[in-house]
Amino acid sequence: MSHSELLNQGLTEIVAALSRHDVSAVELATAYLDRIDQAQPDLNAFITLDREHSLRQAAIADKMRAGSSGAKLAGIPIVQKDVFCAKGWRTTAGSRMLENFIAPYDAHVVERLNEHGFVTLGRANMDEFAMGSSNENSYFGPVKNPWDVTRVPGGSSGGSAAAVAAGLAPAATGTDTGGSIRQPAAWCGISGIKPTYGRVSRYGMIAYASSLDQAGMFARSAQDLAVLMDVISGHDSRDATSVNRQDPPCAEGLDRSIRGLRVGLPKQWMGEGLSAGVKSVIEKAIQELMALGCECVEIDLPMSEQAIPAYYVIAPAEASSNLSRFDGVRFGHRAAEYKDLSELYERSRGEGFGPEVKRRILMGSYVLSHGYYDAYYLQAQRVRRLIANDFERAFTQCDVIAGPVAPTTAFPLGSYGADPVQMYLADLYTIPVNLAGLPALSVPAGFDAGMPVGLQLIGPWWHEARLLQTAHAYQTTTDWHTKRPTHYSGVTK
Amino acid sequence: MTQQNWEVVIGLETHAQLSTQSKIFSGASVAFGAEPNTQACAVDLGLPGVLPVPNRAAVERAIRFGLAVGAHIAPMSIFARKNYFYPDLPKGYQISQMEIPVVQGGALRIQTKAGEKIVKLTRAHLEEDAGKSLHEDFQGQSGIDLNRAGTPLLEIVTEPEMRSSEEAVAYARALHALVRWIEICDGNMQEGSFRCDANVSVRPLGQKEFGTRCEIKNLNSFRFLERAIEFEIKRQIELIEEGGKVIQETRLYDPDRDETRSMRSKEDAHDYRYFPDPDLPPLCVSEAWIAEVAAAMPELPEARKQRYVSELGLSEYDASLLTATREAGEYFESVQSSTKGVDAKLCANWVNGELSAALNRAGLELSEAKVSAAQLAGLLMRLADGTISGKIAKELFEIMWSEGGEVDALIESRGLRQISDTGALEAVLKDLIAQHPAQVEEYRGGKEKVFGFFVGQAMKATQGKANPAQLNELLKALLAGG
Repeated sequence: MSHSELLNQGLTEIVAALSRHDVSAVELATAYLDRIDQAQPDLNAFITLDREHSLRQAAIADKMRAGSSGAKLAGIPIVQKDVFCAKGWRTTAGSRMLENFIAPYDAHVVERLNEHGFVTLGRANMDEFAMGSSNENSYFGPVKNPWDVTRVPGGSSGGSAAAVAAGLAPAATGTDTGGSIRQPAAWCGISGIKPTYGRVSRYGMIAYASSLDQAGMFARSAQDLAVLMDVISGHDSRDATSVNRQDPPCAEGLDRSIRGLRVGLPKQWMGEGLSAGVKSVIEKAIQELMALGCECVEIDLPMSEQAIPAYYVIAPAEASSNLSRFDGVRFGHRAAEYKDLSELYERSRGEGFGPEVKRRILMGSYVLSHGYYDAYYLQAQRVRRLIANDFERAFTQCDVIAGPVAPTTAFPLGSYGADPVQMYLADLYTIPVNLAGLPALSVPAGFDAGMPVGLQLIGPWWHEARLLQTAHAYQTTTDWHTKRPTHYSGVTK
Repeated sequence: MTQQNWEVVIGLETHAQLSTQSKIFSGASVAFGAEPNTQACAVDLGLPGVLPVPNRAAVERAIRFGLAVGAHIAPMSIFARKNYFYPDLPKGYQISQMEIPVVQGGALRIQTKAGEKIVKLTRAHLEEDAGKSLHEDFQGQSGIDLNRAGTPLLEIVTEPEMRSSEEAVAYARALHALVRWIEICDGNMQEGSFRCDANVSVRPLGQKEFGTRCEIKNLNSFRFLERAIEFEIKRQIELIEEGGKVIQETRLYDPDRDETRSMRSKEDAHDYRYFPDPDLPPLCVSEAWIAEVAAAMPELPEARKQRYVSELGLSEYDASLLTATREAGEYFESVQSSTKGVDAKLCANWVNGELSAALNRAGLELSEAKVSAAQLAGLLMRLADGTISGKIAKELFEIMWSEGGEVDALIESRGLRQISDTGALEAVLKDLIAQHPAQVEEYRGGKEKVFGFFVGQAMKATQGKANPAQLNELLKALLAGG
C-alpha cells in the first residue's frame, strides 16, 4: 500500500502499517501535513498548524513504538478541536479573545491521546466558543464542506469533521453541547460519537455550557470510534462531574450480533420539519437495521419539542457565567485603550467576542437575572428533567433509539446570516440528547442530492458499547462510511 | 441623642478561613505570606478549561462547626455561582452556597455583663475567597495577588438577635474561641483569617418592624467591631432624630477616623445572578461521615464547663473562665490531675488568679506561660500539705515565673519550709512578748489591734515561714495567759 493510499485508511490499517514498519509515524504525519497544506486554502479546517511541533510528537511516537512500552496506538495522527487546551499549542476556541493564548497545560483528552502516542496534526477550526451549528461563527473564518465547498460543514466542530471527511486525518476530537459532533459528522459523511455526560473528563476543555458539554470523537468508522473511546474515557479526579465507573472497553465485543435488538423510532421525529430527502435515507437505514435482525418499536418523546427553548435558556445561562473569566485582566484579548476598569472590561469583551457569543451572554444574563430566574432558568430545568424522563421511559421499550441527526443536509454558506433562531431550530433532534446526558452517535447513511446524511443512534446512559456494536453491524453491510468527497483541492484521486 | 428610646438590632456575618492545607477547589497551598501569585495554580487563576474539585477537608471542618453549634448538617447542599466582575475575582464569579447551605441553624451561648444569652445562627456556608487588589504599590496601576483566591471560607451568619455592641463583641469572641477550640480556623485576625461584617439597624423601643439596616464590612478586630457598631448606632439615631432616613447600604469602617463611610448603596448593588454551579454536583454528606466527624470532636466548651461545675464543684464563674479557650481548660486539667487530694477549687483559683495575672502583666498567651502546669501542680501540693504558707506560695510562684525551678528544690535551697513546730514558734513569741511589754499592756487593756502588731513581728522574725493558723492560736493563748 502506498503512503497516499494509507492516508485514506482507518485506524486498524494505519496501526498495522506502523507495526510492520511500512511507514514511520514521522512519514505518516508528513504525508498528512502535506495534504493539509494543499487543502487548507479551500477548506479552512484548521486554525493553527505547527509542522515542527507535530513532527516532534511523531518522532516521540516512533521512539515509543521502538520501545517495549506496548504503545500500539503510537503514531496515529489526530486533529484536535481548538477547544482543548494543549500545552504549547495556541488554543483559541475560535475566538479573537484567545487569538494569542498559548495553553500552559494539557486537557484530559489531550493528555490521554499524548500518553498513547497520538500525533497532533493541527488545531481544528470551530464556531467561537463552540456556539453555532455551521462553523460560520469562527473568528478565523468559516470552514467549507469537503463535499461542496459552497456549503457549511456543520458545527460547532466543523473543522474536525471536515478534516476527517477530506482525508486530512483519520480521526479528530470534538465536543458536543447541542449536537456539535453528531451534526457535522452527519453533514460531512463521517462517524462521530458524543459519549454519556460524565464519561469523558471535561478538564481542559474550554467551557461553553458545563452541564451539557461532552468531549467525543470523529473517525471513519464505528470500529475506529470504539478504539478512540477507550483511550479518552474513564474517571478523572480533576473533573467533579466525571463519573467513576468500570465499563468494559468499547472495542471488546464490537462484532456482537444485533439480532433481536429493539430499535425505538420516536414518532415525533419522522414527521413535519424533516426534509423528504433526509427522511427517505433514514427510512432505508432503518430497513437495513431490520434486515440485520433488529425489531422496530415506535416510541413517544412528547417533551422533546420543548428541548430547544429549554436549551436556549440553560446553555446561555451557563455560558454567560463561564465566559466571565475572559475579562482582559489576566489572559486573552485586552483592549488597547481604556479610561478605567469598566472600560477595560467593556472594550476587551466588546472587541474579543463575536456577535453570536455576545447574543448568548446577553440571553444567559437575562434569564439568570433577579426576577426572571424562576420563570426561565428553573422552568427550563424542570423541562430538562421531563425530557430525561421521556427517554428513561422509552428505554424500557427499546434498546437504542434511531432517527435523523438534522432535518436537512448541509446548507449553503450564509443561509441564516440574519436569522440565528432558524438555525437554532434545526438542532431539534440532537439537543434533547444533551439535555438528558445520553450517549449518541452519527453514522453515514446515504446521500440527498449529493450531500451526506447521517443516521443518529441514541443509547441508554453508559451504553456506548451497544451503540458502537449497532453502528458497526450497520457498517459491515453498508459502505456509506467509505465514500470520500472529491470536490476540493488536495484530494489524492 | 436619646439612645434609651431606641432599640439596636445587630446581626453578624463572619468569614472564618478554614485551616486546610490546600484551597477549597484546587490543590494549591493556602499558607500566608508567600510572594504574590506564587500560590495560585491554573484553577485559582481561572484559566480556560480548568474545573473546581471540592476539598474534603474543608467540608469536614464545616461539619465540625455544625456539630459544635448544634446545627442541622444538610445531607445535600448546593454550590452556587455568585457572578460579578472584579479584577481579583479570576473567574468572574465566586463559588459559594446560596439556597441550600451545608450548615443550617444552630446557636451559640454568649456571656455579657447582664448574664448569659443564646444567639441563634441562620446558617454557615462554604465558599472561596477572592484574591487581593493592591492599589498603593504601583503608580497608576493596580496589582493583583491571587494567592488568597480559592482559600476556603466558612461564612457564619446569625439571626438579627444582638441588641448592643457589647453583645456583638461577646458573640464574636465566643465564635472566635469556638472555631479555634474545634481547630477549624487559626483565628488570626491580623492576617484576615477571621473577619466580621455587621448588619446594624435601630428602631424605636416597642416597634416590631426592623429599621433599615446598614452593613459594615471587614471588621478585623474586636475593638473595631465595637467602635464601628457604636459609631453606626449613633449615626443612625441622630439621622432619624434629625428627620432623616437611613438608606440601606454597605459601609466601611475607617479606624483612623473612627467612623463608617458609605461604600455603595442598594441601588448600586449587584445582581449576582446566582445559579447552581454546573461544574459541581450536589455536596452530599452522609450520616456515616457526620458520625465519623462527631467521634473525632474534642469536648466542647459548654460540656466541659458543666463538667467542671458538677464534677469538680467549681463555680460557674471559674468554670466559664477555664473554658473560655481550649488551652485554659487543658492547663487547668493538667494541674488538677497531677495534684491528687488537692481541692479542684484551689487549682482553679491559681489558674484564674496568679497565673492569669502574671500572663496579663507579661502580655503573654497561655501557651507561653513561664510556669508550666507541672510546676504549678508541685507548688499547690506543697501549699495543700502545709509545707508552705499561701504567702510563701505566691512568692515561690513569682520566683518560678522569673527564674524557673521546681518547688521542692526552691523550698529547700531558700529555707522556706513553714514553721509548724509549736516549741520553736512559742520561743519566738515569748521573746516578742518579753521585748514589748507596753504593747502587751495595751492588748490586755482591750486594744485588740495590737494583736496584728505581734503577728507582723512574728512573721518578720520567721521570714514569713510561721504557720499562720498555728501562730494565731499560740499568740492568743500566750497574750491571754500572761
